[in-house]
Amino acid sequence: MSAIGIDDIEGALGVGLYEEEGEFPVEQGYIWTTCSSVENGNPLFWDPAVAEELTGGPIAPPTMVSVWFRPHHWAPNRSTPGLPLQIHFDLKEGLGLPEAVMSDNTIVFHEPVRPGDRLTTRQILRSVSDEKTTKLGTGRFWVIDVEYHNQRGDLVAVESYTGFGYRRSGGEAGQ
Amino acid sequence: MTTPTLLHGAVSTGDTLPELAYPVTATTIVLGALAARDWRPMHHDKDFAVNRNGTRDIFINTPNLAAWFERYITDWTGPHGRLQRVTFRMHGSIFPGDTMVFRGTVTDTGVDATGCAWAALDIAVSVDGDAKTTCTARVALPLDADDNPWARSGDRWTP
Repeated sequence: MSAIGIDDIEGALGVGLYEEEGEFPVEQGYIWTTCSSVENGNPLFWDPAVAEELTGGPIAPPTMVSVWFRPHHWAPNRSTPGLPLQIHFDLKEGLGLPEAVMSDNTIVFHEPVRPGDRLTTRQILRSVSDEKTTKLGTGRFWVIDVEYHNQRGDLVAVESYTGFGYRRSGGEAGQ
Repeated sequence: MTTPTLLHGAVSTGDTLPELAYPVTATTIVLGALAARDWRPMHHDKDFAVNRNGTRDIFINTPNLAAWFERYITDWTGPHGRLQRVTFRMHGSIFPGDTMVFRGTVTDTGVDATGCAWAALDIAVSVDGDAKTTCTARVALPLDADDNPWARSGDRWTP
């Protein structure tokens, strides 16, 4: 983990960083807990015959893809995991922009995720803008992709985050 | 054989999705946060949310809201509907005591170069008429009773 300064941006663009495997395999119990939490009765997730017919066996709801990377609240002998979107924090530090907000988040879904899958993730910096001034302050917009692959090397999803790191021009706090 | 709930030919630009209204409780929020493995205290500890975050109560976390949007879309499409992409924009938080209302509109339809049929949607979840999160989505739909978007992979799936 290291700061990404203005001179480092060109070399960082398009490079896969912070590759990490999820702490546990994709599991059926969490799929049901998630469906239950939003009262999602889609038979793909509850009826094995429908799952077999349509998706060749059980799958996870596609929007759960990031769930498989949230670390346990506690685990023995665990080294400190990287922050999700570590590149976001590397840019804040390297560009001297103490505040930041995420403006939007896109997820594109590829191969289905299945119980038992071991997923890996990596982060890729796609772009950093010139300096801009908004009502929040002066700073830069950046786009970071998070790619998810399964243990067979198939791409399962890509999340794209647009962030704005800035110095405050007055008043409003970021995160 | 599972009959498709919604075929592409039955969908037109301007169609509206059935509205979904849901009364949110603290249980809704805590259950959703734990389902999403989001242990951060502002999603289960009211004292933290109020006194540290400055919000009026605990609030729904974004990954669980994504699961709500998915449920809303596939309630409409049935199990053959396969999400291609979603984009979220957050405007405000949803708290216990709120009734959140999902509304959606079809903004476009088409068939891509691989023969995969899709519909584009604009969706918002609102409380008292204020949009709290907006979502644009594209979902693949079967062209006919024998088509199954989930059977597509590799070059035949270009979301």
